[in-house]
Amino acid sequence: MNPDRRAFLQKTGKLLVLSASASVAWEAIVAGRPETAENYKMSDHWWGMVIDIDVCIGCGNCVRACKVENDVPREPLFFRTWVERYQVTPDDLEHPTVDSPNGGYDGFPVQDKVDEKVKHFYVPKLCNHCHQSPCVQVCPVGATFVSPDGVVLVDKTYCLGCRYCVQACPYGCRFIDPRTQTVDKCTLCYHRITKGLTTACCETCPTGARQLGDLKNPKDPIHEFLRDHHVLVLKPQMATGAKVYYNGLDGSVR
Amino acid sequence: MSGWLKDKGHLARMAGLFAFGITAFLVFRWVMVPPGFGLYGHYRAGALDDARARPLQYAGRAECEGCHTDIVEARQGSRHARIGCEACHGPLIKHAQAPTEIKPTRPDGRVLCVRCHETNPWKPKGFPQVKVADHSDNGPCTACHKAHAPKIS
Repeated sequence: MNPDRRAFLQKTGKLLVLSASASVAWEAIVAGRPETAENYKMSDHWWGMVIDIDVCIGCGNCVRACKVENDVPREPLFFRTWVERYQVTPDDLEHPTVDSPNGGYDGFPVQDKVDEKVKHFYVPKLCNHCHQSPCVQVCPVGATFVSPDGVVLVDKTYCLGCRYCVQACPYGCRFIDPRTQTVDKCTLCYHRITKGLTTACCETCPTGARQLGDLKNPKDPIHEFLRDHHVLVLKPQMATGAKVYYNGLDGSVR
Repeated sequence: MSGWLKDKGHLARMAGLFAFGITAFLVFRWVMVPPGFGLYGHYRAGALDDARARPLQYAGRAECEGCHTDIVEARQGSRHARIGCEACHGPLIKHAQAPTEIKPTRPDGRVLCVRCHETNPWKPKGFPQVKVADHSDNGPCTACHKAHAPKIS
């Protein structure tokens, strides 16, 4: 080989390696220090929720509180959390009658005629904060993600409003905010839980049907609840890694 | 040309082109990718702070109980003891921040009590329910039941 060419290649190689490492170093400088929040370490938490259907009375407090706390559009069809009511004939689990008038925001109308053979119950729903979330997997721009503490969040400055995630969510938990044309969803009250408060829905639930839980905190009562009850997540066959655990979930619930 | 660049003009041009391409890519990337992107994953790390920055509306029960110790006492042992204050009184962070200037309005029992306690087949069997129309002669619930300790003794 011509020694000149060798020298040239060596020089060029060194230059390439150096510029690559410089770009990595620059990236680290630009990124800044991680974990900037005071008194809150993301790696110490892994958030989830338990919902006890056996004590939910369908008062709609959670729906109203959520809309106030998170400035959700007040019109129907925009909900970060909502309550469904089920009517199931016990021998026909596959065809329940489900409705959710205004998501339960106004409470539920009283029904005078009651068929004694039919099973009645409420199911509160919200984002399941899946850690294998389909909505995160389909986002083309990295605008939705699972945070290091297990909350599925949306970067509103990055969202294009393409609606892929709205279709991907098996639980119907996302909507397009008509004011910003970006996607919106339950943040598990991230601004509250990182300050040591519970979510607005759990704060206002009168029967304790909803309880926020930190699965990484060994002292959290959620562990006791999960041990003592037969819990299930919604659509376990989808393998989404959902972290909202339902106690008393009927087989008819979709 | 002499030296190592003799007859290597085409290589020099190529290297120049590469250098320009790489620099252009790095500059483009630096302009387009926001700070913190990729720090925790394929997203902007600052989005976590954005989510954290939302103002509170509900103060939280601990905040209320710091001042209203008389109510804590009144609720002790009652069936309403475990209910968060703002479940009935509404979001009151503004009252918590300025207790004298901003006073909460008293909730309407005919709406609030009924919402939970009206008979409805969807409600769990053990939950105390009444047919409000037959129960109270349309009087205020609080004429007989104290909201903080509802049992009539």
